[in-house]
Amino acid sequence: MAATAKTVETVRDVEAYKYGFVTDIESDLAPKGLSEEIVRFISAKKNEPKWMLEWRLKAYRYWLTLADEEPTWAKLHFPKIDYQDSYYYAAPKQKVGPKSLDEVDPQLLETYKKLGIPLLEQQILSGVAVDAVFDSVSVATTYKKKLNELGVIFCPISEAVQKHPELVQKYLCSVVPVGDNFYVALNSAVFTDGSFVYIPKGLRCPMELSTYFRINEKNTGQFERTLIIADEGSYVSYLEGCTAPQRDENQLHAAVVELIALDNAEIKYSTVQNWYPGDKDGKGGIYNFVTKRGACRGKNSKIMWTQVETGSAITWKYPSCILQGDGSVGEFYSVAITNNHQQADTGTKMIHIGKNTRSKIISKGISAGKSSNTYRGLVRIQGKADGARNYTKCDSLLIGSTCGAHTVPYIENRSPTAQTEHEATTSKIGEDQLFYCMQRGMTQEEAVSLIVNGFCKEVLQTLPMEFAVEAQKLVGVSLEGGVG
Amino acid sequence: MALIEIKNLHVSVQGKDILKGISLTINAGEVHAIMGPNGTGKSTLSNVIAGREGYEVTQGSVSFDGQDLLAMPPDARARAGVFLAFQYPVEIPGVSTSAFLKTAINAKRRTEGKPEIDAMEFLKLVKAKNKALGIPDDMIKRPLNVGFSGGEKKRAEVLQMTLLEPRFAVLDETDSGLDIDALKIVSDGVNALRGPTRAFLVITHYQRLLNYIVPDYVHVMAGGRIVKSGGKELAYELEAEGYTKYLAAA
Repeated sequence: MAATAKTVETVRDVEAYKYGFVTDIESDLAPKGLSEEIVRFISAKKNEPKWMLEWRLKAYRYWLTLADEEPTWAKLHFPKIDYQDSYYYAAPKQKVGPKSLDEVDPQLLETYKKLGIPLLEQQILSGVAVDAVFDSVSVATTYKKKLNELGVIFCPISEAVQKHPELVQKYLCSVVPVGDNFYVALNSAVFTDGSFVYIPKGLRCPMELSTYFRINEKNTGQFERTLIIADEGSYVSYLEGCTAPQRDENQLHAAVVELIALDNAEIKYSTVQNWYPGDKDGKGGIYNFVTKRGACRGKNSKIMWTQVETGSAITWKYPSCILQGDGSVGEFYSVAITNNHQQADTGTKMIHIGKNTRSKIISKGISAGKSSNTYRGLVRIQGKADGARNYTKCDSLLIGSTCGAHTVPYIENRSPTAQTEHEATTSKIGEDQLFYCMQRGMTQEEAVSLIVNGFCKEVLQTLPMEFAVEAQKLVGVSLEGGVG
Repeated sequence: MALIEIKNLHVSVQGKDILKGISLTINAGEVHAIMGPNGTGKSTLSNVIAGREGYEVTQGSVSFDGQDLLAMPPDARARAGVFLAFQYPVEIPGVSTSAFLKTAINAKRRTEGKPEIDAMEFLKLVKAKNKALGIPDDMIKRPLNVGFSGGEKKRAEVLQMTLLEPRFAVLDETDSGLDIDALKIVSDGVNALRGPTRAFLVITHYQRLLNYIVPDYVHVMAGGRIVKSGGKELAYELEAEGYTKYLAAA
């Protein structure tokens, strides 16, 4: 058999999902299905103020009007989701929030350990503050005190609703309106938790802020909501990473992330997404329908998205930048790996509104097995965006001949002084490359990992150091077949 | 002691017989040269030794240090100490030469039960070898073989060989595309590795290379067979008389 054919076979034959285990913490479940009562239940569980409940109900009622308007334009195929066949609230049983890690359920901590994120060690060793989300309720928030001293607010969004209602009311849904799309309306009605970050004027946040998401309750949809505000002249780097346990049912994950950068502020948002992708026959796996958008509201502000997408059965995700402020900058760096029967339709939108705004898109898609990998991106330059510039580069790498890679760029330029550039390449890992590497003693998996990491280097380099190392390993593991 | 033993090796490619009964024994410490005109199966022999796909061994055997080499996958052969300096080194975009070298070195160290090489040690090692081979240090920052000149590619091959310290190295037309200065540098690199525990098989079209890498034995290959073997003086004879008479014999 030819070396490439073997690679296809080995990568198809992915080892049992490394993080496939379930901890059995009793859950506080809302009844199955979605109704106005459930929305009220969630709001009551969260002790929310009336304005928040009203806001949710409005979103819910709007969602009802969208009943048959799930987006269908993406190159994705999946059975129709029955939204009444899912639980919308599950929380680990805990009456009072823990004051420190010592108060956290040891079983939870054990779960994190299996995932390779020992909170205690992270606190001590890496100085990373972690807002750990277990199912829908945050169980531990670390480094809060130190961040507090700096004036940084980093807390579960439910806490922000209670303690910082003025910020939440001002900014929530200011970037992604409730009616933006089907999943946003759904998320707005039923989101249970997520992170809230506020960086005060002029502060360069000295720590990377990080959240680990994890789905643990059967049939629980995850509707995370994240809101990050960087006030004038501030800087923050935020990390998001996910793993999920193995199970057969498809799980819906519809998060909404909003970023706001005011004058001269900079937000760097990095994601490593490794949700359960389903088995090698395409059974199970997470449906990841995410809306992420950042507004460069102030002049010379900057938002940079970096994503490494290796998991999920289906990925539908377009982290975008609205470049409102003059001189603002949006960047999008993406690695999307699909294997077996995974489907990804991912990319970005760069909307140039302000003068001299700049955007850069670097997308690397790697497809193996029978997967389908689509880059879909929009660059829109509005009439008043004098001197706007965009550079887009989309590279696809194929492993074997049973997968697909697609690039769908949309460019709309209404400014005569703007410049856009688009480059795209498609290549295949060659047998001669694999043989060459193997002649130097590397196993086939090592060779694939080396070549693919080389292919994605430009993107992985933009990740914060520790995350980059983790991501490099993940890139290898995602394409690895049974070989340890 | 026989390091590599090729017995009555018959190989076909897509149904066409290319090697028609090659037998060759190379002992540790020896340098053998195979010369011959184009299209006689010299590169087929090197590819079969390294384990490339697409070659069907229809008869015969190859043993390396007593092991059945043909039963081993290419990476296991490499880790056991078989090295092929490619006639046409492959370009690997995006992968820096240094990352490639490090991965290869660590694959070998893993086999030997040693820990991964640390970054400082690696740099020190590569810099020392670079100096000997006249390779500028910034070359290892470039993607492997991408945009390398013919001479740079061959030097990079010898650099890899020097770092991996194989027990048996096959040099497949390493002299092609080299000017006289590069030829000398590359040859010096090979000669520096010569020793009692290591063997070389030098495949070349021209006698020129053998002025620099002086072989212990020279074999003439024609029509998929070794048609004549002798000492280093055989190379001079070939240079003077050409391959015509062997082609007729084959």
